[in-house]
Amino acid sequence: MSPPRRVLVRGAGVAGLACAVALAEAGATVTLAEAGPTIGSGASWKAGGMLGPWCEAETAPAGLVELALPALDWWRRQVPATRSAGTLVLALSRDGGELARYARRTEGHRTLDAGQLDALEPAFEGRFGRALFYPGEAHLDPRAALPALAHRLRALGGVVLTGRPDIPDGRFDDVVDCRGHAAREVLPGLRGVRGEMLLLRAPGVGLSRPVRLLHPRTPVYVVPRDDDVFMVGATMIESEERGPPRLRSMMELMGAAYALHPGFGEAEILEFAADLRPAFGDNMPRVVRDGATLHVNGMFRHGFLLAPVLAGQVVDAVLGGGSEPPAALVPLSRMR
Amino acid sequence: MRLYDVEIASRLLLGTAQYPSPDVLADAVRASGTGLVTVSLRRESAGQRAGQSFWSLIQDLGVRVLPNTAGCHSAREAVTTAQMAREVFGTDWIKLEVIGEQDTLAPDVFGLVEAARILSEDGFRVFPYTTEDLVAAERLLRAGCRVLMPWGAPIGSGRGLNNPFGLRAMRAHFPGVPLVVDAGIGLPSHAAAAMELGYDAVLLNSAVSQSGDPVAMAAAFRLAVEAGHAARLADPMEPRDMASPSTPVLGQAVL
Repeated sequence: MSPPRRVLVRGAGVAGLACAVALAEAGATVTLAEAGPTIGSGASWKAGGMLGPWCEAETAPAGLVELALPALDWWRRQVPATRSAGTLVLALSRDGGELARYARRTEGHRTLDAGQLDALEPAFEGRFGRALFYPGEAHLDPRAALPALAHRLRALGGVVLTGRPDIPDGRFDDVVDCRGHAAREVLPGLRGVRGEMLLLRAPGVGLSRPVRLLHPRTPVYVVPRDDDVFMVGATMIESEERGPPRLRSMMELMGAAYALHPGFGEAEILEFAADLRPAFGDNMPRVVRDGATLHVNGMFRHGFLLAPVLAGQVVDAVLGGGSEPPAALVPLSRMR
Repeated sequence: MRLYDVEIASRLLLGTAQYPSPDVLADAVRASGTGLVTVSLRRESAGQRAGQSFWSLIQDLGVRVLPNTAGCHSAREAVTTAQMAREVFGTDWIKLEVIGEQDTLAPDVFGLVEAARILSEDGFRVFPYTTEDLVAAERLLRAGCRVLMPWGAPIGSGRGLNNPFGLRAMRAHFPGVPLVVDAGIGLPSHAAAAMELGYDAVLLNSAVSQSGDPVAMAAAFRLAVEAGHAARLADPMEPRDMASPSTPVLGQAVL
């Protein structure tokens, strides 16, 4: 029997952690190296953590739902705190057309009237006459899920190094580069898409599942965390500036949250942050081979949704032996 | 069509915001046949050229770029943004937007005229986003503009031509000035109607980017703009109150 394959995974965001755990589960000896001071130093830490393939399919290329479905079970297995409560999609009454459009362009939902909505989510108290409900969707807290993956990796014998560890690549059979936007210099066509988010504590709200508020100018989502905390996100700006959130963006996010539930008016602002989503031209992630290095990148808005899927492709590519690489593997030479 | 002495191949001008992805945008631009795309410059992107990745994608589309002062609420802000845009995109063409009202995003024509004057004196070729108001239009021409871009309806509303009478009057009033209907277009039929009114071009964004299939919709708009323009050149018949049979009745056999 050959010795276990030694794999270095660079980047402890959701892509790196998912790949590291999947590889370790498949028998590899995994070292996970994070340049930041802790795991989750980057964009994943600020993510919504929505596992919503049906909603995301609104603007994603065809096939996203089928691609992403296995990820929901993967997360439920890795992070038992993953909540399978579905997603609600709402619009203010004057934007009713937005709801009709969204319903036409997505699947996996049913329409709720005011009574059904209030039965499902009493916090709305009749303020919305109609909603779309996506019962198959789920959500998790990235700040619980990422440490849970690191814990799992260690339990499988993996090593997690943080704070710019100095590791020569030569000690490893394979390198999996999951550094997100930091890999921009070596991945042609990779860009950053700025996103801004808010973290609020609002004891008077009591929403129990993610809510997306459709709006022609600024669509916003609110995702509940434990202890009356809510994540509100997120702007999408074609800019690679990492600087602090701008007032206009915060006003848009706060205004939308307040329109959703007046209880947000009394919310404590715990945090606001901005970061860059790594994205390719089609805004879909991919695994790119560059010699002994596999790049997993371009997660865009779909990090938690698609990381387990890409991790599976990486396992096939690294440990699959002589079999053909999966179709999603793109050689670096074929990229712009 | 000539705008500021430059031949532009297509009478459909396309905005580049809010597409599902840059790849879809590129395909839509190709399908539209456009020769001029607008791109908005947000202040937070311009500072350290942080928007460069996206701007490079726009410049790689191979069509002329018309930077846009989208979201500016004062003449001063618009002038600053225009100056940044000139540096970033290396063009003195600027779509000048000065927003005066938050709900309708209606142009502030006072700030617009002021910014147009400052920018024209500074060598910019100004494409002002304005209303169908003839007095404001006159002032914009006096300020140095050689193109006028009246709205069809509020930005992103998709309502079509809210005031066909005003747009017709504007066309009649400025026969020699290139006129572009900018904003409010939702359907290809709206674009065709603007061209039938004698407008030189239409500029739209959301109608394509927010549709379910932006590439197919871009192609539909290309056809509509061509159809409306061809119809205008063909001198449409006048509407009549009475039926006018296309085959003479007189002399037909009576059975």
